[in-house]
Amino acid sequence: MKYVLSFNLNGLPVDTLVKATDTLLDVLREKLNVVSPKRGCDNGDCGACTVLVNGEPVRACLTIGLTVAGKNVQTVEGLQQDGKLHPLQRAFHEHYAAQCGFCTPGMLIAAKALLDKNPKPTREQIVEGISGNLCRCGTYVEVVEAIQAVAAGKYKE
Amino acid sequence: MKKRGIGIAVGTHPAGLKGGGDPSQAQIRLKPDGTFDLLNGAVDIGQGCKTILRQLAADELDVPLENITHQNIDTDTGPMCTGTFASRVTFMDGNAVLAAAADLKKKIRDWAAEYFECSPADVEVANNKVFVKGVPEKSLSMAEVGAMVNWGGKFLVGTGAYTPGPGQQFDPETGKMTAIASLAFGCCVAEVEVDTETGVVDVLKLVQVFEVGKAMNRLLCKGQNNGGAMMGIGFGLTENVCPYYPTMDFAVQDLTDYVITTAADMPPVMVEDIVEVPHPNGPRGAKGYSEMTASLAGPAILNAIHNAIGVWITDYPATPERILKALEAAHA
Repeated sequence: MKYVLSFNLNGLPVDTLVKATDTLLDVLREKLNVVSPKRGCDNGDCGACTVLVNGEPVRACLTIGLTVAGKNVQTVEGLQQDGKLHPLQRAFHEHYAAQCGFCTPGMLIAAKALLDKNPKPTREQIVEGISGNLCRCGTYVEVVEAIQAVAAGKYKE
Repeated sequence: MKKRGIGIAVGTHPAGLKGGGDPSQAQIRLKPDGTFDLLNGAVDIGQGCKTILRQLAADELDVPLENITHQNIDTDTGPMCTGTFASRVTFMDGNAVLAAAADLKKKIRDWAAEYFECSPADVEVANNKVFVKGVPEKSLSMAEVGAMVNWGGKFLVGTGAYTPGPGQQFDPETGKMTAIASLAFGCCVAEVEVDTETGVVDVLKLVQVFEVGKAMNRLLCKGQNNGGAMMGIGFGLTENVCPYYPTMDFAVQDLTDYVITTAADMPPVMVEDIVEVPHPNGPRGAKGYSEMTASLAGPAILNAIHNAIGVWITDYPATPERILKALEAAHA
């Protein structure tokens, strides 16, 4: 049995047929070919699949797809505007805050969620904001530096 | 009670397989628009070889970095490379890329000598141009050369390969061998605070310094130094494949059992630096060192724990359980 799931994805309305057991990660990656959310652990541990649902960061792998009906879902695909990278993307790039890049989409979304609510976070608040996102390359120092640079206004919209 | 201690670890790290037998190849071709494709077999797993190998090719050819694309997606059809391991890619593939770029430069010079009707020795390849020394009117942009070469029915491809030497065995009599292509050095100092009641260790400060030959890209070095430090902290304190070995039933199942460091595990003070002593055989003096960035924090932390509480933890990781057991045994 399949259901029609309608929601807003990066500002555009989408409709897709999903099973009741499909996670949001299944819906994004397998149905809609939105592949920035990564299937890391598929267990809620690593944070590589983090997306925003109505502005809140969630693990797409632990979110049942049908629960986002009518909601706004944001992924890294929606970060850039008019072909221009988001300040966080530019800061991550310039600070070498991605090595292999697997955790990067989740890091970017976690950082966006943090700065949307708290544009001037302390270092401790930044660390807390990304502490649910594992990075095996250990880029935490550079990720924090990149977020600090954005918070300091070095990367304007 | 919380007790503090400081520990030091030093290390050396070779580039590539011990004893050689560890070649890499590279190919660079001039395209019709005057840009270049660099083909090699080294896989970028995040260490940044796609950047560094292009840097080396751009430097040797004296063309802008953005004019070189790096193609390494197929190790079957691409030039041979034994792989991304043992901190070997900068050293081996870097040398192969420099050789390929020099070979292509020679071929461009030979082509231009025919075109300009001069000796190849008088042709200069520099500043994204090809020209005859001292004759300003005899000059072509690389874009013009790329178009003329390729649309003129020619194909200029530079090839290069490098190996530090054939594979070799230990001398059975003396145990001696020429084991290494390059040897990098490193040092880590850790300051920890150990809670003797809970066995929990906090890393307060971690300093890592590496001698890298010559840094090809300081930002990449910084990322690897800090990233390696975070891995090393995990090896030293939390990461354990079989925490309750020998009973495999208790082997780790997921990332809640196999605990790697998060941003919250960053020591409040982290310092990284490099020392540069160019290596005679390294590409532009570089050595391979990156793997060592993860090797030193673990031993430095264990040494710091000993300095703090006077007992040795001899197995990784130094979990609270092991620390409390060691303290109990020491006071029994």
